[in-house]
Amino acid sequence: MTLISAQGISKDYVMGEMSVTALKSISLEIKKGEFVAVMGPSGSGKSTFMNILGCLDRATGGAYLLDGSDVSKLQRDELAEIRNKKIGFVFQGFNLLARRSALENVELPMLYDGVPASERGARAADALKVVGLSGREGHHPNQLSGGQQQRVAIARALVNRTPLILADEPTGNLDTRTSVEIMELFVRLNAEAMITVMLVTHEPDIARFSRRVIKFLDGTVLSDGPVETL
Amino acid sequence: MINVPSTVKIAFEAIRVNKMRSSLTMLGIIIGVGSVITMLAVGTGARERIAEQISSMGSNLLIVLPGSTSSGGIRMGAGSQATLSIGDAQAMAKESPAVAYAAPMLGGVAQVVYGNQNWSTGVSGTTRAFLFVRDWQLASGRPFMDDDVRNASKVCLMGQTVVDNLFGGLDPIGQVVRIKKVPFTVIGVLETKGQSPNGQDQDDTILIPVTTAQKKIFGTAFPGMVRVIMVKAKSADDLPRAERQIADLLRQRHHLGQRQEDDFSVRNLTQMMQAAEQSTKIMTLLLGAVASVSLLVGGIGIMNIMLVSVTERTREIGIRMAIGAKTWDIRLQFIIEAVTLSLIGGVFGIMLGVGGSMLLASIAEWNTSVSLFSIVLAFGFSGLIGVFFGFYPAYKASLLDPIEALRRE
Repeated sequence: MTLISAQGISKDYVMGEMSVTALKSISLEIKKGEFVAVMGPSGSGKSTFMNILGCLDRATGGAYLLDGSDVSKLQRDELAEIRNKKIGFVFQGFNLLARRSALENVELPMLYDGVPASERGARAADALKVVGLSGREGHHPNQLSGGQQQRVAIARALVNRTPLILADEPTGNLDTRTSVEIMELFVRLNAEAMITVMLVTHEPDIARFSRRVIKFLDGTVLSDGPVETL
Repeated sequence: MINVPSTVKIAFEAIRVNKMRSSLTMLGIIIGVGSVITMLAVGTGARERIAEQISSMGSNLLIVLPGSTSSGGIRMGAGSQATLSIGDAQAMAKESPAVAYAAPMLGGVAQVVYGNQNWSTGVSGTTRAFLFVRDWQLASGRPFMDDDVRNASKVCLMGQTVVDNLFGGLDPIGQVVRIKKVPFTVIGVLETKGQSPNGQDQDDTILIPVTTAQKKIFGTAFPGMVRVIMVKAKSADDLPRAERQIADLLRQRHHLGQRQEDDFSVRNLTQMMQAAEQSTKIMTLLLGAVASVSLLVGGIGIMNIMLVSVTERTREIGIRMAIGAKTWDIRLQFIIEAVTLSLIGGVFGIMLGVGGSMLLASIAEWNTSVSLFSIVLAFGFSGLIGVFFGFYPAYKASLLDPIEALRRE
């Protein structure tokens, strides 16, 4: 079952007279349940690619099929709905709302999905339990360690039961031991809940937790293969 | 799909976190709403007082004054000549169809004595018609009748202020008082009227039959004549007609030729009062308009703070967008925040306004009246201001690019 199908995706940025090509006709497929690491130096186009896959940005050329439907021509609000229902985001800087408790942060995606208040609390608490943060529901981000904050962010990505989690350098701000814990959580979610995980990383050690590695260079795919080729 | 209760909660929290900033922003709305309510209260109070005075004076009133004398080219002003008689008043009531009642008046200030008490008050000689003209009822006793006028009886009706000063707690009916040393029997007490439009105590008065006034009290100044005739027209619509009919009648009765000037003048009191009411209305509007300007300034303050808030929370907006917030989710969040801010300001402003008008009433002794309407108006208006001035910042927030917004520190 194909979850992501990129068909000749390209992205050009127009800056005045100049046109800069960030992505040159990328085509690749990712099946449901895969665990993919995306690597490449900065400026290689991997972030642009991830933004397009995450429906935060639109390609200037090609087609992008997510879960069977073409999302490359959708409007702003339609993309917002796709992000809400199909994609969970995990960021390097956690991106939690500072003045909301862990539980409220996790509830946020359901708020925009019209989930009734009574159900939101229970589902958010469940998601926090999955990431091992039971009992910390009332804590605010500044009362949690970096690893715990990232777990809250992962719980937030899980709570709407999206088939895809996109993680942009999720361990970039964490120490090695915590990084391993976070990666083990991703592995577990991928194996147990069959969630497709795509993460961007610079570190081969982190990429080794995945099963497929895609390397970008100068807006093209340099290599794409099983993790053993790393 | 935005969740309003939780957004309001977030808005309250944002206000709590930025206490100083929020209260300064609200101050604009507080002052604006407060001054709108106070100004409207002052205006409404003034209007109510005038309306009260109009009704205490009696409606559809005309006043007929004797004309001016002119001797050797020097004109003396209205009322300086005795040209009106009791007969004129009787003729008006009888012959002018638009006139309901006409009361001749002759009066002055006189010392009134009862036992060892004495009091100086205005004594007016008139007929029973006066009570109808002024819509004045008796609190007790009986009015004087046509017979009293015809016979120049020594009877009087007393205002409450005079009763209080001469009799204290006693019942004055049937007692004899001396007005300029002439004994009068008190036959009735007039109902309390309060202040007149020019601030006089209307209850500080004594009414006696006009004939008695002419013969016993004020006779020497204007033999057989009266100072003024008060007229009540049949209806407000009849006022201009009554004015014309009175003029025609008096010209005829006074044998004035075509070229001669009127030796009397007719004044429409109700019209004058209505003009006063109209001008207070305009004053209220002006005051309200000035106060609204401060409300507008308060609104701009809210817009300003919301713009700052959007800039500060760009990253939060990015997170919300990434997670699935749509254009209107973001817009409503900021509009609700702005409305919350302005409505809280509105509530405090209402308190300030009500307090301010009460203060004005007690310290400056102005007649103020806070109407429910002005409270509802000010509250609704402050809400509208929140929507109006919150919209642009909210609109700006909703147009942010999520990728850019997430990158912002």
